[in-house]
Amino acid sequence: MTNDIIWKLIIVFGVLFVTLNVAAGLIWLERRLLALWQDRYGPNRVGPFGLLQVLADMVKVFTKEDWIPPFADKPVFIIAPAIIVVTIITAFAVIPFAPGVEIVDLNIGLLFFLAMSSLGVYSVALGGWSSASKYSLLGGLRAAAQMLSYEVFMGLSLMGVVMLAGSFNLTDIVNAQKGLWFCIPQFLGLVVFFIAGIAETHRLPFDLPEAESELVAGFHSEYSGMKFGMFFVGEYLGITLVSALIVTLFFGGWMGPALPPIVWFTIKTFFFIGLFILLRASLPRPRYDQLMSYGWKVMLPLALLNLLVTGGIILATGR
Amino acid sequence: MFSLLRTMWNVFLHAFRKRETVLYPEVKPYIPPRWRGRIILSRDPDGEERCVACYLCAVACPVDCISLQAAEDEHGRRYPEFFRINFSRCIFCGFCEEACPTYAIQLTPDFEMGEYVRQNLVYEKEHLLISGPGKYPDYSFYRVAGLSIEGKDKGEAENEGPPVDVRDLMP
Repeated sequence: MTNDIIWKLIIVFGVLFVTLNVAAGLIWLERRLLALWQDRYGPNRVGPFGLLQVLADMVKVFTKEDWIPPFADKPVFIIAPAIIVVTIITAFAVIPFAPGVEIVDLNIGLLFFLAMSSLGVYSVALGGWSSASKYSLLGGLRAAAQMLSYEVFMGLSLMGVVMLAGSFNLTDIVNAQKGLWFCIPQFLGLVVFFIAGIAETHRLPFDLPEAESELVAGFHSEYSGMKFGMFFVGEYLGITLVSALIVTLFFGGWMGPALPPIVWFTIKTFFFIGLFILLRASLPRPRYDQLMSYGWKVMLPLALLNLLVTGGIILATGR
Repeated sequence: MFSLLRTMWNVFLHAFRKRETVLYPEVKPYIPPRWRGRIILSRDPDGEERCVACYLCAVACPVDCISLQAAEDEHGRRYPEFFRINFSRCIFCGFCEEACPTYAIQLTPDFEMGEYVRQNLVYEKEHLLISGPGKYPDYSFYRVAGLSIEGKDKGEAENEGPPVDVRDLMP
């Protein structure tokens, strides 16, 4: 019994430690990869390969002036950056990193993830609202509308996986992928979920809430110091979470030959993190109405079609 | 949709290209010899200061970063008592070099002058003066100028005839 609790505690703190460090390390990784794809070097001065850049950035962001604008709604302004980090870290609780290495084995793990990632929207929307400045408000509005429309088919795109696995439990879903990963029968679902995942973390092709070139910095225009840093950490945590989830749902989670399960999970996750960064390096940002019509007119019907076809096949084969 | 994927692939291929960045402190870039960098005061081939403290550089300077005080030594040669360049003001336009009648003030291809303390950017004469002749190795002002100084009277300079007596009518 005591051993069980200690083991759980080790996992909890391990996951917390690893995810936060990965999120911080991603700042370095993203800058290095972007530089690589732009024929530059990126940060390579501080420490080996510039790895200590993360540390330097952290020292910097902690010592920056933490300014709250006098016109802001103070309590909401302060709590908004915390929401995104808390919700996303909480969502990590249901992800099975390896057999037995997960914090809770929820039988509705997938729904829990969807709920938590939806709550993360409040952070962006409230942050934009409480800043009481034009740009922030526009960013917050966009974030709210974008999440609303992309949340719909994000959930729907995962239902195909749930139908095939017959469970909302993420461990069961991974176990159901023995033999054939869901990325092949659920290819359409994978594409839709991936696009929704980008929109969910508001990464570059869909970073309309931030949109540096039009909205200054969007919803976090008024943020500085560690509050700004929290939004950043939240964004990178979000990338890690969505990558880990894509791996879990479509690419067989920890499964793979020869290497230990946790290593396979890490390799796959980092592959998708790299893909996220490649997207940022290569694709331009669409116009806002294009984004909305793309979501409602293309992705939602695709998700429904995927659901219909998957349902039909399951019904026909009787599995 | 296809074009998006092709874009991503093309961007990914850049991972195998040569990087354009020059890693500066390790790899020094080529600086042309006429580069307008740190200003120096040169000496003539005999090792004497070339500057004759004519103030032309200070006049030509558009940002007034040069200040000096003229003096004359026992040989009749003019020299600057102090010569001060405030490099936090200097815009490296090179007008001082153009204005200088004796090639004393010259701009060099050195640009690494960063300082933590602003006051350190004010260079005094001992910081400016170098031991060599700079860009014009054989030039010595007093050897070609008609000015008389101790040890060289009028008419004794290079390519100079003896002085004409203006009160004499003889051809």
